Amino acid sequence: MKLFKLRGGVHPVGRKELAAERAIRQFPVPERLFVPLQQHVGAPAQPLVKVGDRVLKGQLIGASQGNISAPVHAPTSGRIAAIGDYTAAHPSGLTAPTITIESDGDDAWLDVDMPSDPFALSPEEISIRVGAAGIVGLGGATFPSAVKLNLSRKNNVRTLIINGGECEPYITCDDRLMRERASEIIEGVRLIRYAAGASEVMVGIEENKPAALSAMQAAAAGTEVKVMAVPAMYPMGWDKQMIRALTGREVPADGRSADIGVLVHNVATAFAVRDAIRFGRPLVSRLLTVSGGAVAEPANLMVPIGTLVEELFRYCGGFSSQPARMVLGGPMMGIELSTAAVPVVKGSSGVLALTRSEIGSTQPAPCIRCSSCVRACPVGLLPLEMVAHIRAGNSAAAVAHGLKDCIACGCCSFVCPSHIPLVHYFNFAKGELMELERGKLKQEATKKLVDERIARTQRIERERQEAAAQRKAAREAKERATKQAAAQTISEAA
Amino acid sequence: MLIALTSLTVLGAILGFILGVAARVFRVEGNPLVAELEEILPGSQCGQCGFPGCAGAAQALAGGLAPVTLCPPGGRAVVMALAARLGVDADVSGVQDTLPMLAEVNEALCIGCTRCFKVCPTDAILGAAQQIHAVFREACTACGKCEAVCPTESVKLQPVPVTLHGWYWHKPQPVAAA
Repeated sequence: MKLFKLRGGVHPVGRKELAAERAIRQFPVPERLFVPLQQHVGAPAQPLVKVGDRVLKGQLIGASQGNISAPVHAPTSGRIAAIGDYTAAHPSGLTAPTITIESDGDDAWLDVDMPSDPFALSPEEISIRVGAAGIVGLGGATFPSAVKLNLSRKNNVRTLIINGGECEPYITCDDRLMRERASEIIEGVRLIRYAAGASEVMVGIEENKPAALSAMQAAAAGTEVKVMAVPAMYPMGWDKQMIRALTGREVPADGRSADIGVLVHNVATAFAVRDAIRFGRPLVSRLLTVSGGAVAEPANLMVPIGTLVEELFRYCGGFSSQPARMVLGGPMMGIELSTAAVPVVKGSSGVLALTRSEIGSTQPAPCIRCSSCVRACPVGLLPLEMVAHIRAGNSAAAVAHGLKDCIACGCCSFVCPSHIPLVHYFNFAKGELMELERGKLKQEATKKLVDERIARTQRIERERQEAAAQRKAAREAKERATKQAAAQTISEAA
Repeated sequence: MLIALTSLTVLGAILGFILGVAARVFRVEGNPLVAELEEILPGSQCGQCGFPGCAGAAQALAGGLAPVTLCPPGGRAVVMALAARLGVDADVSGVQDTLPMLAEVNEALCIGCTRCFKVCPTDAILGAAQQIHAVFREACTACGKCEAVCPTESVKLQPVPVTLHGWYWHKPQPVAAA
């Protein structure tokens, strides 16, 4: 099948050889797990347990609230040790509400009901189960998967694309998953296709993963799933890039892939969906890559959600040299960690410890308007123009140049010969715009409150006056009555 | 001579009549700009700008008697909206310096006098006589009226704590010209 031409993109050094040949291993359950209540896009989960409660593995400990949200489950059996703030997997290093679980060492699963034939369930039922299992997009976007499935049925999505792009350097967890769990993934893909009501299924895998490609092709033989190789480039794992490569169609700005009849899920999400539907097991662990030049023994580990990053490094033999930077996620879009005492969340595809030679930091120099960033941008924006506007404090002009379509993939910063931190500028401007938006919302809310208060004080004042008038009228009537009575007695006496 | 006089007089009379009618038909109550500016302002009537409420501030703005940076609770969003409406350049850098604040009750000092509760323009304080009061952060505009009336200095404006929800990247340092 013909592949379509792509726009932009870069070819960073892959460095996948560090961990690509390391088979998946199960990470032993640590003593304590720190499960953040918000590991997804949308509203945070609401805690359902109290400190001291005993929980089983897979038990619901945080309920989803709102339309776009996801529940969280206990990653192992044990006791709830604390519910409070803990350092979050976030570049700010701030804390977030987190449930701490002390493992009892049994790792005992909650009893669950398993359907004998998942395909006998209705598509709606599968969506509900996927939502209840707390499954979110495991490629890194962490958008609740059930919401996507429901949207797809509503929009009559025809094409399902499974993303095996994994274009971030160093990260090899999806590669290993496709090599070692191909038939499980294909079953998950078929479940998603059934739940979304799609007629066509394509799995796009980068051509730099030949072993994964052949394993998936073998597993998909005889099913409706088509496995295809796509060019190896960054960001191939961006869903809209994958859609463009496989269908030649472009998702409109401000639009969702559902608008052009396409649904995209990651291979790891498909694997999690299969676990949830076939075995009733919620998303309590994920496969991730521990790698980087400073890690003694890079590995691909199946890790319970909430495990601290420092324990992963320790398990992998510690550091062979002092790491200059620790990253959660890939080196292009991941977040820099100021401390390794940060829990792994559903969206974490890897943890990296990089040496000084790997990060190559250089002082930024002025822009020479070479337009390398324009050629590299996969969205087709003008990064240099946007940065000039943002630097001048004019974020509105950057929005006019398409700031809101920027996916912060980092291609522009990667190619910039002047080492200008372009994505940093875009992240700053997006944050600033969000803040303005919040300010505007608050102002509207304030106006409403003030109006209500004024109306209320006026009503109270009016009611008080009315009551006073009534009392006065009653008093006068009474006085009149007594006067009349007095006059009457006088006249009678006379 | 006579023709010129008559024609000019007639012309004057007709135009004067039209103007007179127009003045009645198209009469405008007050300056419409004031209403628009008042719409932009927060409307909490806190008086921090030194004018009697948001209407007074809007009048001063329309008359050019006040800078667009006059409204502390409005923040940068309001400054920029006002500047855009009035067509003036706003120096937003000065506004950023005042940290966003929120009122907070020190529960050890609160005596439940309900004074703050009564003056709050946005009903952001929950309380009753002899009960410790509390502030709804979402509704507080940091106008400071509660701080002014509190007899025990229990209500104080505090900087808004930075949370994951509100945090965003700082602006990169500009590149020094080589």
